[in-house]
Amino acid sequence: MKNAIELQEVHKSFGTTKIIHGVSLDIRDGERHAIIGPNGAGKSTLFNLISGRYEVSAGRILLHGAAITNLRPFEINRKGLSRSFQVTNIFHNMTVFENIRCGVLWSAGYRYSFWHRVGGLKDVRLRAEEVMQRIGLAKRRNVPAGTLTYAEQRALEIGVTIAGGASVILLDEPTSGMSRTETAQVVELVRSITQGKTLVMVEHDMGVGFNLADRISVLVYGEVLATGTPEEIRGNPAVQEAYLGALRKETAHA
Amino acid sequence: MKYAPLNLGRWVLWSAAALVFLVAPHLFSGGFALTMLTQMGTLILFALSYNMLLGQGGMLSFGHAVYSGLGAYVTVHVLNLMGKGSFTMPLPLLPLVGGVAGLFFGVLFGYVTTKRAGTTFALISLGIGEMVFACVRMFPGFFGGEAGVSTNRVVGQPFLGLTFGPALQVYYLVAVWCFLGMAAMFALTQTPLGRMANAVRDNPERAEFVGYNTQHVRFLQLVLSSFFAGVSGALSCINFEIVSEENVSAIRSGGVLVATFIGGVPFFFGPILGAIVFAFFFVALSGFTKAWLLYLGLFFVLMVVYAPGGIASLILMQFPVIRAGRWRELLVPYALAALAGLVVLAGLIGLVEMMYRLSEQGASTVLTVLGLSFDARSAPPWFVMGAVLAAGLAALRAAMRLVGERWGTIQLDLQAKAAP
Repeated sequence: MKNAIELQEVHKSFGTTKIIHGVSLDIRDGERHAIIGPNGAGKSTLFNLISGRYEVSAGRILLHGAAITNLRPFEINRKGLSRSFQVTNIFHNMTVFENIRCGVLWSAGYRYSFWHRVGGLKDVRLRAEEVMQRIGLAKRRNVPAGTLTYAEQRALEIGVTIAGGASVILLDEPTSGMSRTETAQVVELVRSITQGKTLVMVEHDMGVGFNLADRISVLVYGEVLATGTPEEIRGNPAVQEAYLGALRKETAHA
Repeated sequence: MKYAPLNLGRWVLWSAAALVFLVAPHLFSGGFALTMLTQMGTLILFALSYNMLLGQGGMLSFGHAVYSGLGAYVTVHVLNLMGKGSFTMPLPLLPLVGGVAGLFFGVLFGYVTTKRAGTTFALISLGIGEMVFACVRMFPGFFGGEAGVSTNRVVGQPFLGLTFGPALQVYYLVAVWCFLGMAAMFALTQTPLGRMANAVRDNPERAEFVGYNTQHVRFLQLVLSSFFAGVSGALSCINFEIVSEENVSAIRSGGVLVATFIGGVPFFFGPILGAIVFAFFFVALSGFTKAWLLYLGLFFVLMVVYAPGGIASLILMQFPVIRAGRWRELLVPYALAALAGLVVLAGLIGLVEMMYRLSEQGASTVLTVLGLSFDARSAPPWFVMGAVLAAGLAALRAAMRLVGERWGTIQLDLQAKAAP
């Protein structure tokens, strides 16, 4: 099976603090892959390295077999990788429709055009409407994004991410801060939008990770402790020792 | 259902604008009015081009006069070459020369300035402005030194019977270019680049993650903006028949910032209003008083503090109230506030003018207002003006409180109605 993303001995340090210590990881084409781990394990940092937000200190990152190490975010995005953010990162002054349209324009080939009337681009409009339908915000089309509810903003965050039709989707804690019901809805949403695509998601909620993922990687202190199917991860004694046990203790206390 | 219906309101607005351009010189006759209208036209174009940076792209530039000024310098040399008979082209197309010159310098300097956004952009634009201004004295061959470069706009064969000697013909030349420029710049806001400029202004990081190089978006926006700045520079060159260091100065760069801000940065038509008000201060008021810059400065500070959305936002705020039919409730408070404002203005102007008379060497200290003469060297006028100002301020406060109360009630009612 081909790999969508390959990390080869990736290191990242901020000053003298090492956050990621030699992570090697293969994300297979078309799989749903969850990265779980305790707080401060470096999950979000790993995402920021893959998507070009941070520069790696050492190592290589490949997307569909081609190196994307230290390319800029827009270059990586144009190669077919799109990401969402843990802290909602949308265009607050724009409407839902305009937000989605921003995600569509480049991939639809309009790039920096100043000779097309944006309102007249039927392909862009149809694509944006399709995305709004999928994320359940079609009725909120003309509402400024800043005035949406939190759950709606999270959905829009995912909408902007998938609007460009990228084949590799990185979602950073799509269910963070959500209620049980909302979480269940997001899980269904993520499942439907990633059909036929590669998904990598950072997840703090174990239920979501085990429910959605084909494979799971456990990141602890900047290192991959184990990678495998949900069953393998559940049965892995090292994982139980290092992570699940600790988490069980955490929740027992809470 | 048609997706993009013919926007009737938009057509009405643009037709009205065209009509205003057409009839304005006949409504306000006299050479003075024509001078002012012509300058308004060039300033509208300049301010709109500035707002492509500040309002639409989030780029605070302190050196926009560089592009209009250098466009004007290139235009004046082309015009002089035409005067010598080196070559000919129709004068009405000359603003294109200025535009292309502006665009050229936009590419050259914009490549540097747009590498960064925010404060760094502002500082680099300031530096480039100072650099170009310094060049004026360093290269008198091109810039004409302190005196500048003068020219004669009546060259070659008349174009369709127009020589562009008379001021009215120049006005219409400016009006046509101003209208075309307005339409073109509005159209640009409706393009993918225009929309992504807004996106880069609001959230540059996210723009990068949907495939856009924010630096390139800023660069293209600045290059297009400097084209229109160049056109406005060429028009002012044709109008004044002289280009000097003032055209590229920080004063000019600051002026367009003030005009744009007063009009309203968040709205496309804001800078048009701002340019009209600024031209009024600059052309009309400067003929009456040497303190015009002080009044302009005070007005600017007031707008920044109390109406950061400019005149345009103050106007647009009224529409929901008018639509709901509640404007009658505001008439009396507004009238009271206006009256109190006039009293404040009277007291303020009195004090400022007396101060100017005292500080100026050789000026008469006797002022005459409504047939009443008084001497600024005596104490009573100061007390009277001070009292007028104080009374006006107190009245204005009370009136504004009334406005605020009424406004608040109406807004609450409107919100209650809007909520399902």
